Amino acid sequence: MPHIEIRDVSLIYDTPSGSVPGVQGVSFSIEPSEFLCIVGPSGCGKSTLLNIIAGFLMPTGGEIRIGGKIITGHGMDRGVVFQDFAQLFPWRTALANVTFGLEMKGISKAEREKIALEQLRLVKLDKFVRSYPHHLSGGMQQRVAIARALAYNPSVLLMDEPFAALDALTRDEMQRLLADVWRETKKTVIYVTHNVAEAVYLADRVVVMTPHPGTVKTEIPIRLARPRDPLSVEFLEHQKELLRHLGGEAGKA
Amino acid sequence: MTLRDAVTAETARADVALATPARGIGDRLRSAALTAYPFVVVGAMWEIVAHLGIFPPRLFPTLEEVAATFVRLTVMGILPHHALETLARLSAGFALAAVAGVVIGIAMGRSRRAEDIFLPLVSIIAPIPGIAYAPLFLLWFGLGNFATVLLVGFASSFAVIINTWTGVKAVKEIWVRSAQSMGADNRRLFRLVILPGALPYIFTGLRLGMAQAWRILVVVEMLAGVQWGLGWMIFGAREFLNTDVMLAGVAVIGIIGLVLEKHVFQRLEDYTVVRWGMMEQ
Ligand SMILES: Nc1ncnc2c1ncn2[C@@H]1O[C@H](COP(=O)(O)OP(=O)(O)O)[C@@H](O)[C@H]1O
Ligand SMILES: [Mg+2]
Repeated sequence: MPHIEIRDVSLIYDTPSGSVPGVQGVSFSIEPSEFLCIVGPSGCGKSTLLNIIAGFLMPTGGEIRIGGKIITGHGMDRGVVFQDFAQLFPWRTALANVTFGLEMKGISKAEREKIALEQLRLVKLDKFVRSYPHHLSGGMQQRVAIARALAYNPSVLLMDEPFAALDALTRDEMQRLLADVWRETKKTVIYVTHNVAEAVYLADRVVVMTPHPGTVKTEIPIRLARPRDPLSVEFLEHQKELLRHLGGEAGKA
Repeated sequence: MTLRDAVTAETARADVALATPARGIGDRLRSAALTAYPFVVVGAMWEIVAHLGIFPPRLFPTLEEVAATFVRLTVMGILPHHALETLARLSAGFALAAVAGVVIGIAMGRSRRAEDIFLPLVSIIAPIPGIAYAPLFLLWFGLGNFATVLLVGFASSFAVIINTWTGVKAVKEIWVRSAQSMGADNRRLFRLVILPGALPYIFTGLRLGMAQAWRILVVVEMLAGVQWGLGWMIFGAREFLNTDVMLAGVAVIGIIGLVLEKHVFQRLEDYTVVRWGMMEQ
């Protein structure tokens, strides 16, 4: 049984100037521990879709099942990481940000600090546990956000372009780190990006979306051995194939 | 210049000086100079006018005389007594405004219904000078401390309400979503996210509320028939043309304001929103 099933999901935004489609008739499913990337041009509805899966938005059509159960809102079975560095709570240290979910679960202070420390070690930030977010670089803040989303042990990790605002070098480093984290934790990951190389580097399978109003154009499995070499011929072949499906505009992005 | 103007001018001047804190690490000296600068300038001008003898010395005493009176009244215990009474009323009124203001402001920020109820009221009442309500409050609640504290609290709550409300509205949606996805219920969302998230604005509201409380308290003390208090002392001194006493009172108000700003508000901010990078030094 797939871990997550997305069936014919649509969402229409009600705006003062009329209704705007967010996504249209999206269907696909994700296996347990699969790393799935959603790729599509800007404005096609990737964030909308991810927010629906996270439970922040209710679809106007269709349904989403996680572990067979229809979701009706946000839940602790899903961890979410956004693109915006500002997602961390500035008034909490890195450690206290990571313990937040555990606190909500009612886990004792000693226990949750132990778990949070492990998570911060996983993202290689154990030296910065007592730092406040504004003292951390963008890449470090995103690593805290990943640790925070993993700490309360959700089975699904939802990520919306978490590295898009980072410089290229840091982004490469973060992608390697995320691949390692995924290999160790074996979460089911849905990862939104408009960066084709990123998708080929990370994903088991890539869902390609059409331009706005977005729907699924095609699905492409990436069967390359890990860790992947972005300079290998096969890697570049996959990248080209994705770009072909995306058409001109996203290819240039 | 009337006495009332003198009082407001004095507090306004103090506000200006306080609004420009230069607390860079290592340049404490520069910071001290900046703080002292307006006092030195006004003091020097005052001395010149006083010594020129344009006004009768009784109405325009030199700073030496004012300082002597200040010391004499302090030693006699009169000035501290007045100051303590005023501080007690200020604290009570301000506490009222802080608690009510933060609660109402947060309710308005979080609940559409509360916003619909309070916003029209606040926007009508807030621009009216608080002192205009003084006769009403004194009629309703009688002369004395009760009416004074109530009026101070009432008049200074609006700055707190409006800023808290703005602050809650400015809490980042992404914080709320993050907290919700991590399982925060409404109560904990409020305590662990909304409240700290709105803190920079709440502090601004409290600062403005405190300034408002000062302004109104000094005037109301004269009207409310209380026996002690800096406002009462200043206005009472007019009867006997004791300009030096008035000025000593004004000085105490300035000093207390300065201490509150430097040692209460700024410290609170340094320890919280500044440390968290939510507000510039
Ligand atoms: N809150 C909103 N209200 C109205 N329209 C929106 C809202 N959010 C997104 N949209 C519209 O929905 C479409 C998809 O947006 P989004 O999901 O953010 O795309 P992506 O993440 O792929 O860039 C866009 O056309 C956008 O203008
Ligand atoms: Mg997006």
